Amino acid sequence: MILELFFAYFAFAIIVLSIVVITRRNPVHSVLWMLLLFFHIASVYLFLNAEFMAAVQLIVYAGGIMVLFLFVVLLVHIKEEIKISKFIGAWSAGFTFAAALFVVVALSLRSFVVAPPGKYTIELIQQETHTKALGKLLYTEFLFPFEIAALILTVAIVGALVLAKRRLKS
Amino acid sequence: MNFQVPELGPIVPELILTTLALIILIADLFIKRKEIVALMSIASIIIVTFALISSSGTTFGGMFISDGYSTFFKIVFFINVILCVLISMKYIIIEKINYGEYYSLILFSTIGMMLMASAADLIVLYLGLELMALSTYILAGFIKHETRSNEAALKYMLLGAFSSAFLLYGISMVYGLTGTTDIKTIAAIISERGLEGNSAILLSIMLLTVAFGFKIAAAPFHMWAPDVYEGAPTAITAFMSVGPKAAGFAVLGRVFMVAFASIKIDWATILIIMSILTMGVGNIVALSQTNIKRMLAYSSIAHAGYALLGIIAANNEGLASMMNYMMIYAFMNIGAFAVIIMLRSEGFRGEDINDYTGLAKHHPWAAALMLIFMFSLTGIPPTAGFIGKLYIFLAAINAGYTWLVVIAVIFSAISAFFYLRIVMFMYMREPKDEVVLTTSAGTGFVLGITTIAVLFIGVFPSYLLGFARAALAGF
Repeated sequence: MILELFFAYFAFAIIVLSIVVITRRNPVHSVLWMLLLFFHIASVYLFLNAEFMAAVQLIVYAGGIMVLFLFVVLLVHIKEEIKISKFIGAWSAGFTFAAALFVVVALSLRSFVVAPPGKYTIELIQQETHTKALGKLLYTEFLFPFEIAALILTVAIVGALVLAKRRLKS
Repeated sequence: MNFQVPELGPIVPELILTTLALIILIADLFIKRKEIVALMSIASIIIVTFALISSSGTTFGGMFISDGYSTFFKIVFFINVILCVLISMKYIIIEKINYGEYYSLILFSTIGMMLMASAADLIVLYLGLELMALSTYILAGFIKHETRSNEAALKYMLLGAFSSAFLLYGISMVYGLTGTTDIKTIAAIISERGLEGNSAILLSIMLLTVAFGFKIAAAPFHMWAPDVYEGAPTAITAFMSVGPKAAGFAVLGRVFMVAFASIKIDWATILIIMSILTMGVGNIVALSQTNIKRMLAYSSIAHAGYALLGIIAANNEGLASMMNYMMIYAFMNIGAFAVIIMLRSEGFRGEDINDYTGLAKHHPWAAALMLIFMFSLTGIPPTAGFIGKLYIFLAAINAGYTWLVVIAVIFSAISAFFYLRIVMFMYMREPKDEVVLTTSAGTGFVLGITTIAVLFIGVFPSYLLGFARAALAGF
């Protein structure tokens, strides 16, 4: 019962916080609300018995990506930015579509049947510890996707450099 | 540890191309003349083509598969790269974006497409798609000093990220229902656990359709295409109107035909609606365009609608005609873009349809080539475009969708208006002022190849279709 209550709180808070993040006018406020959002998401991971994921969520998102966002915000002229009128006016149309999508998803998910659990049960992971199980999988079974991800990161760095390069004169 | 080095045979082409792309990325530091970098990237594609011929099988625990189907698509990607690099060489100097990274990003994007065509696992599919997309986002924004290009890149990236979210949501739902991401095993588990009529699996199919529909620019997920095609460097517009579209069709074919084979009727219904919308929006909105890149963007949307008929037919005949169509589309579309690139010169954009007024007077050859490509895009015999449409329509009729083919033919007739309008402008109007053409060996070569291919396939269609059919053996 207590567990359900906790989960209900976090689920509800995540939804409210996401809405708050995207509706703030001031980007700095958005970023700070997002920080709170990341903490809540990390807590949900804890509920799912994924301690490692929770820790990584905090370190990578709340630590790394958040700092990056703040740097971007620093470069934006906030005093001007706040006065700019909204790009998209028809929020009612967007809301209608989102609500319709929500209804469709909610109705479809009622017939969801969970697949039988795989090899990695909670007991096995507790026995083996998270980091080890995850690391082992990443470097054996999922080695190939892992390498593709490395290539994607390379492209991202190349792209960032190219777009920041000085303009050619000739 | 029970780890064994996986068998690398089937994946050799991708490994070679990755290595060569990284080498080119570094070699670019020491090479002043960027044309050499371009030629190096063409050479590496040729090397990889040889490696491709001898590679087949599955590896990495069934995550990667190299079969006839993937090989055919990879050949389309290679043709796309070679032709687009050749038309880029002069063009990127004019646009003042002559950076060597341009070519390595094109190669990285191609690796992503190859991984998509060969993906036998949804995770690999997703990562391949992101690799392809991320490189294309950067290339779309390559003209940094032009707002249009910035806008194209940003729009493409934001909407692309949005569509990726749909894809991931769909994949996670399939994983929750079946407990696997392997495409073959999904099919087995769906029939084993009796998930055929489950509405959750239907929802996941719809989410996957949204994501793939975005990549092939099918309506109603086409909104990004006109702006991105218009803003991106013209050579990149040619590149991404063929490559990512073909890659999108490759995964659409494999995922729907293999993983969801038992629920054909359900996804065919979704695709029929999408196909009609796509042909309608593409052909009708193209009528009112004045920018030729924008017009070809809508034309590319319309062509995705025709090609979808091949997947709707849901048999090997349909798939073969879709693959055939992708190959033909690559030639005729890049050919048309090569002519557009010729019109771009220092201080003159040459993208407005009015710029083609009276082109036949001063540049009869350019006008004649554009005429062939416009005829082919319309689907007039004896060009390849006619053959592509003919086989697609035949496959759809044989699968029992005669009414859908009637709709497609009507839209195809409407498309004649805006393609032939260009021809009319070139031949039947007096020129206002003379247009200077930017010619180069690369563009000339591309125009030669594409013209020959369009006419050859148009006159002798059986070779290409036979090749596509043979590629599907055992699919």
